[in-house]
Amino acid sequence: MSQIATTKKTSSIKRRKLIGQTSAYVILGVLSFIWIMALIWMIIQSFAGPEGSYQNGHLFPTSYSLHWYNELFTNTSYPYWRWFLNTLVIALICMVLSTFFTISMAYVMSRFRFKSRKRLQSIGMILGMFPGFMSMAAIYYIFKSVGMAGNVEVWKKLVALILVYSGSAGLGYYVSKGFFDTVSRSLDEAARIDGATNSQVFFKVILPLSKPIIVYTALMSFLSPWGDFIFSSYLLGTQTEGWTVAVGLYTLVNDHNITNYYNMFMAGAVLIAVPITILFLCLQRYFVEGITGGAVKG
Amino acid sequence: MAEKDLKKESSVSSIPKKNTFGQKLKRKLKRFGSFLVNLPKNFIKLCVKIGTGIRDGIKNYITIFREGDFGVKMSFLVMGSGAFARKQIAKGITYLAIELLFLFYMIFNGAGAIKGFFTLGTDFTYDIHYMGSGATAAVEGDNSMLCLLFGVVAIIVIVAFIVLYFSNIRSAYESYENSVVGRKLPTFKDDLKDLFDNKFYVVLLAVALIGVIAFTVLPLIFMILIAFTNFDQDHSATSGFNWVGLDNFKSLVGSTGLSTTFFPVLGWTLLWALCATFLNYFLGVALALLINKKDIKGQKVWRTFFVLTIAIPQFVSLLLMRQLLGPFGPIMEVFGKTGLDLFDNTTTARIIIIMVNLWIGIPYSMLITSGILMNIPADLYESARIDGAGKLTMFRKITLPYILFVTGPYLITQFIGNINNFNIIYLLTGGGPFGEAGYSDGAGGTSLLVTWLYTMTGNSNYKLASTLGILTFVVCSIVSLITYRNSSASKNEEDFQ
Repeated sequence: MSQIATTKKTSSIKRRKLIGQTSAYVILGVLSFIWIMALIWMIIQSFAGPEGSYQNGHLFPTSYSLHWYNELFTNTSYPYWRWFLNTLVIALICMVLSTFFTISMAYVMSRFRFKSRKRLQSIGMILGMFPGFMSMAAIYYIFKSVGMAGNVEVWKKLVALILVYSGSAGLGYYVSKGFFDTVSRSLDEAARIDGATNSQVFFKVILPLSKPIIVYTALMSFLSPWGDFIFSSYLLGTQTEGWTVAVGLYTLVNDHNITNYYNMFMAGAVLIAVPITILFLCLQRYFVEGITGGAVKG
Repeated sequence: MAEKDLKKESSVSSIPKKNTFGQKLKRKLKRFGSFLVNLPKNFIKLCVKIGTGIRDGIKNYITIFREGDFGVKMSFLVMGSGAFARKQIAKGITYLAIELLFLFYMIFNGAGAIKGFFTLGTDFTYDIHYMGSGATAAVEGDNSMLCLLFGVVAIIVIVAFIVLYFSNIRSAYESYENSVVGRKLPTFKDDLKDLFDNKFYVVLLAVALIGVIAFTVLPLIFMILIAFTNFDQDHSATSGFNWVGLDNFKSLVGSTGLSTTFFPVLGWTLLWALCATFLNYFLGVALALLINKKDIKGQKVWRTFFVLTIAIPQFVSLLLMRQLLGPFGPIMEVFGKTGLDLFDNTTTARIIIIMVNLWIGIPYSMLITSGILMNIPADLYESARIDGAGKLTMFRKITLPYILFVTGPYLITQFIGNINNFNIIYLLTGGGPFGEAGYSDGAGGTSLLVTWLYTMTGNSNYKLASTLGILTFVVCSIVSLITYRNSSASKNEEDFQ
């Protein structure tokens, strides 16, 4: 008697578990569909035929081709490949400079105790609370006064953009400081006893140990120029060959261009999304460690 | 080890206790109120402190002057003479060069720049000069923007010089004292070496701070000053603008003028930041819990689906979403409503913005909380189970407080970030729909303070753009003052070292 009751009971528990599990899978499935649908749609549209598919009354393109990818490299009024190269160069240089600035600042704030340290930290926090692009107009005028903005050669504007992106990187030191705070101080002390100077400690002891946070900082500073639209659109002006990808793609889908360049936008978006996605997925671990790192270890 | 356990325990148990949310809020508001009440008092205190600081400083330098030898006395007039007197030639030359450069700059450039700072330019006429051979050359008149810019630069140079000047005196006195006692003086080489050892932080800081000063501090000071001028489309840089005091603040917040636009925009900014931060956060936690359930297979694959949206540059996914949800996008097509523009109505546009933000933001908080969930020590659950806690209790007493503890600071930065979240609004709606009742000067139903600021900058209305920037700053700092003052993260900085 009692045995039957127990089996009944376990089977009801099993059934409940099964229901719970399937509903979890269903929810996850539906959500994943919502999340990837847009991306799939982007890829499909990028392969549309030359007639384009904006407002054609069909959910999917009527024909498929590589026309719009070809257009990315051949269109002269909107030279996508130039935008891509510009952004790539900017991103690479920024990655090196910003990472160096951020890591230096973070290391100083974490390891050294000096008179105005607290004051510098609070000034940094206050600066961070102003909207970043509030000073956009001022930056434009500063560059204009030294001949690097307005009606000048393209490369000067790109240099200006690099300076803007990496110049203020020192302010974003919090995450890396959190990391350095968790690196044990006994390491420094041991090296100091062995006669190392502070700069040797930094370069030879701490930096080699900090790969996760360096990769995280580098990844973040590499990615930010790809996504910045505000400064680039304001500083770069109207010479299309000097644009970055963000400015260019935004222009392709403005009200004036969208009917003609809708599918070219999609193709261009795919071309930058794919490498960045692969890069990101490979380095995902560092991303999570970077954000949660300092706090979790405590 | 024991200490660590204790900390964990206190972090878990100290969070909810018996306080209701209302009581907590009341306490915080009270504390904030007392902060506001004490603000004038504290301000006076600060002034007194600065005043006594200056008095003590002056006294200090008078004694230095009195007690020092000739070299020290001379260094008040000629920088570096203290160093020359001690045969620290390289150091002396450096100081002397700094002083000469500064004097040179002030005579040929700085003095005029300071004057320009106050007048913001006087002669704006566009002159044509006739040269000897009859050729003409156009010479532009003053430019208010450049006057202000060079004025700010001159002030920064002067401040930097004053700092160096006093460091020169202090160093002269120090080496004088050392030489009196008979201690060996550091040579220039030793000083340089020390820069890579005990003073290594100076090198690292200087490297990082030069960029910050040039591209953040200088432009910011500049724009803050603009908020007190009438620089706009009618008063351009070449036709001259002027100082107007607090007029711009009055026109934005005061009862006449733009307050019918400003306060609705501010309200929506706060509502948006609240929704965006907390909905994203809690739904992200929920998703992370769902994916991290023990019996879910292929957790990595599921996670990757969501992470894909983080990897793609945000402006791409935002522009994509605008097409997707637009009047001719596939969503409207599927529902058979082609041509219906959801962005045309303030309420639907706002709802869509919040939904799209969920689409973008949930993966972030999912990814972060997944990492944290895996790090919760299993023994916490173990002991809770032994004490007879159910699943729900464990979630409420362990999981949630733990996640909140770790991500607390992240939430605050997220909130500030959302107040300043430009991309999502600008790329989805551009701030529209426009033409709502009461809204003017380029603000629309979904405009945040920052997108409005951007529109104003685009319209060359710099004075109001800067004023908006300052007001946004005020909002952000009030929010973080309320939260930071009670958060643990700012206090326990040294704990983990």
